[in-house]
Amino acid sequence: MSAPLTSLDRPNSYIGRSVPRPNAKRLLAGRGRYVSDLRLPRMLYAAFVRSPHSHAKIISIDAGRASALEGVHLVATGADLAKICTPWTGTLDHFKGMTSAPQLPLPLDRVVWAGQAVVAVVAESRAIAEDALELIEIDYEDLPIVADIDSAREAGGPLINPGSANNVCFRSQLDNGSVDDAFAHAAHVVEEEFCFGRHTAVTLEPRAIIADYDPAAGALTVHHATQTPYQFQDLYSRHYGLPEARVRVIATDIGGSFGMKLHVYHEDMAVVGLSILLGRPVKYVADRIESFVSDIQARDHRVRARMALDGKGEIQAMDVLDLTGIGAFSSYPRTSVVEGNQVIRLIGAPYRFKNYRATLEVIFQNKVQTSQYRAVGHPIACAVTERLVDMAAVKVGLDPFAIRAQNLIADDAYPQTSPTGYRFEALSHQACLKRLHEMMDYDALRSEQAELRKGGVYRGIGIAAFVEITNPSPAFYGVGGARISSQDGAIVSLTPSGEVRCLISVTEQGQGTEAIISQIVADQLGVAQEHVKVITGDTEVTPHGGATWACRGAGIGGETALQATRALRRNILEIAALILQEQPSALDIIDGEVVDAGTRNQRMPVSEIARIAYFRSDTLPPGTQAQLTVSQHFAPQGYPFAFTNGIQGCSLEVDVETGFIKMLKHFIVEDCGRVINPMLVDEQLRGGIVQGLGAALFEECRYSETGQLVNGSLADYLVPMPMEMPDIVIAHIETPTADTELGAKGCGEAGTAAASACVLNAVNDALTPFDATINSIPITPSKVLKALKRF
Amino acid sequence: MKARAFSYFRAATIDQALHAHARAGDDARFIAGGQSLVPALSLRLQAPRLLIDITHIAELRGVRREGAFLRIGALTRHCEMLSEPLIAEFAPLLRAAAPFVAHPAIRNRGTFGGSVAHADPASEFPAMTLALGAEIEIVGPSGSRRVKADDFFVDLFETALQPGELITAVFVPLFKADQRFAFDELARRRGDYALVGCGMLATCTGDRIDDIRISFFSVGNTPTRVKGTEAALIGSSLGAERIAAAQAALEGDLAPPEGDEVPPAMRLHLARVLLGRMLGRLGAGA
Repeated sequence: MSAPLTSLDRPNSYIGRSVPRPNAKRLLAGRGRYVSDLRLPRMLYAAFVRSPHSHAKIISIDAGRASALEGVHLVATGADLAKICTPWTGTLDHFKGMTSAPQLPLPLDRVVWAGQAVVAVVAESRAIAEDALELIEIDYEDLPIVADIDSAREAGGPLINPGSANNVCFRSQLDNGSVDDAFAHAAHVVEEEFCFGRHTAVTLEPRAIIADYDPAAGALTVHHATQTPYQFQDLYSRHYGLPEARVRVIATDIGGSFGMKLHVYHEDMAVVGLSILLGRPVKYVADRIESFVSDIQARDHRVRARMALDGKGEIQAMDVLDLTGIGAFSSYPRTSVVEGNQVIRLIGAPYRFKNYRATLEVIFQNKVQTSQYRAVGHPIACAVTERLVDMAAVKVGLDPFAIRAQNLIADDAYPQTSPTGYRFEALSHQACLKRLHEMMDYDALRSEQAELRKGGVYRGIGIAAFVEITNPSPAFYGVGGARISSQDGAIVSLTPSGEVRCLISVTEQGQGTEAIISQIVADQLGVAQEHVKVITGDTEVTPHGGATWACRGAGIGGETALQATRALRRNILEIAALILQEQPSALDIIDGEVVDAGTRNQRMPVSEIARIAYFRSDTLPPGTQAQLTVSQHFAPQGYPFAFTNGIQGCSLEVDVETGFIKMLKHFIVEDCGRVINPMLVDEQLRGGIVQGLGAALFEECRYSETGQLVNGSLADYLVPMPMEMPDIVIAHIETPTADTELGAKGCGEAGTAAASACVLNAVNDALTPFDATINSIPITPSKVLKALKRF
Repeated sequence: MKARAFSYFRAATIDQALHAHARAGDDARFIAGGQSLVPALSLRLQAPRLLIDITHIAELRGVRREGAFLRIGALTRHCEMLSEPLIAEFAPLLRAAAPFVAHPAIRNRGTFGGSVAHADPASEFPAMTLALGAEIEIVGPSGSRRVKADDFFVDLFETALQPGELITAVFVPLFKADQRFAFDELARRRGDYALVGCGMLATCTGDRIDDIRISFFSVGNTPTRVKGTEAALIGSSLGAERIAAAQAALEGDLAPPEGDEVPPAMRLHLARVLLGRMLGRLGAGA
């Protein structure tokens, strides 16, 4: 473990300390201010007619009766909105050869998934708008449906985008080293095909937006439940032809996002257009039924992979084909190919081998779009790799811990490049592996397993090592032409009373961003945390930045806050030095007091400096201009990503008669570099693991052969619930990044990255006596019973 | 989604409720706990002109002994099934089933009578009325009558209730010293609708089963009594062989429907496993 940035026994040493989130009480007390809480004067409500067909031509739309209904202000079709909104295309330049059809808020003549919004109604209330929906008659003509990966790839089969050669959105290939040679000379080869079902984010607060266009000022204000207000400011400005400075996006309190709330949704774009057409505020809140058919979904991969090993169990090579279905469009502006791209680049990442080949094919189908969701690509890559490692262990005759100890990159071998080309600054796989072994009391678990098995109780133990991509540089989106910032900005001010305000571009969705920023500011300035107010999420107030995605809030936002606060501290000490006739370097700030750096004797309160600077500048030496507001931007340099690593383990029990799986305990050893708030990091890991366990055991968007979602409600789509979740034991190894002063990396996706892989390995471990295997996620009772041939 | 506009009337007596229903030309629904009706209204699966709130009708409340029966008022909430001592003493099978009914927030509002009237084939309580040999007291425009649970459940969400009729109470035969019961279900998550569930009530002489009523839920269009299985058990004691015979008989009693996640063969398999485990416990005197 490395030394903390500041000593924790010093006043105001908040980095590394578990302190509660300042906003938690407000949210718990029901004082949150979510988009659905807002009521603007003259506000109207939008609702949408949705397509019942997964692929059909729109023959005609008759909205006469709906328009005539009392309380209805506007019925708008695709053609109406196309007049004021330019189309968008979900491609990025660095994904060579990728294609996707242009999109509009509402379709002109064709629907491409069941649930797609077709016509918008704006009315005095949501209920009236829904009454009007029932009066709209749309004639459709069915088109051939492409409902799964296989039919999408069929030569001569139906095409989703007329005029295209096939249903392929993107193909990519990696080929490093000599894969064929390695397989030809391998002592052992393991191979498997893996399936990963679609699932979706299911945020507590669904998508919500109020667009408020003021024609007199030519200004648009959007209250938007989004992670990325700056991205949307840019998009609304460009697609509706409004000057950027006249577009304001306010991200209010947000009830969870997990990546789902940073994509362009057709309804959201439409609501902006509806407000422009009406000159009135228009609100739209997706209800749960709508969320299931219009929020982005995630995963949907079929991966065939094989691994070559030498006689001693040393991994020699991997060869991978990932087929992934994304819906009828690639999403905008981040595309729907990032997940597949990360799958093929993260496979094998914790291990030392060098020969790697992978093919990725991203395929259109008549379903709602998939795109980035917590731990983009990681769980797929991790499950494929870790399952093959376990299969290899069996073949070679090694324990799962032993084969990993032999193959994981050594902790002193950095910098290191992964077989897929990722560059690692410093990781701690071996230390994590060792720690997990102790934490699980692995040997005792194994003997308990053997003992219970004699009595017909089938327990399984699974482990899974992972790396996580955090702190992304412009290599992620910027190079592809997306106007998505990888830098963040902060403005830190000393207020006239000597308190501190920090405006920062990273955003808060309930994970504690504002808490850790206030910790960093308080720590670096030398004031109590309760005297720091952090403000986020308003493009008119906070500086432009990347906001929150891909694990960047602590690593990049935190460093921005650190540097801005250090600049403010220098300015405060300069004024203090003038007043006290000292050198700034002889002074320090502790607990809101300027002190002698050497003796720590108090000289004057910071509040007194603020008072003098703001109200009695006449008493300062001539020519002095106190700068008590500073701004700072920070963009990551050095490594393109700050990779983190860790390992998870779990113990579970399979009821071989019912196929039910009971999680007994889950473990994680995680290394996200500098830990700013251990409690919040642990909460992120627990939340992430629970989401990963949801994917492993419960969550799946199931579709019929005609592309209809058959379980689109919370009664049928099972999210993980507390009763089924195990205790989660957490430990940390800290390897700070040297690319920043703060040394923090991301932690938000680590839990999700490996949880499902762990469960997959553990279930297969439990089934060992039965010669049954499962390589498909989620692992449902029916899959278990089928594998056991029980029905 | 928002419900279509409707009128609302709060009835103080059964008569008021029945009259309001008749006046609305039967385009009305009675509402008590609303745990199934309100979502159906919001989804616009149902859109009556009038909702008649029956929760303030005193005659529909209360749990008390009446002769050989326990009378459970239709408005008895699920949470009261957990807390009411008379239920625990005289209808312990209902007490055993109650914790499996959804979640606390739903149990605080949902009513026993409402659950039986709704007749969701995946619900615990309707199936338990079958296992208990309960009688359902119904009142309507043409007066009051009692229907045996065996005759009450007709088809999917269809019961002996006619338009404009209300359940006033459910009469459960008092639990006796020579009886044993068991309840269990297999649900993916605690509180979910079960993949399969079962309740049973046996009358025994020593270890011999003189009579047994076994009712399954989540196995078809209605809660389902498995009479062939019952017959395989009556007159014998619960050894492994007898339990296996009962499990085998289940195939003749159940015809589970197609389901996208749970095929019929799997549901039958789960029903057999559940039955075997429950009979094992029943035999052990649990």
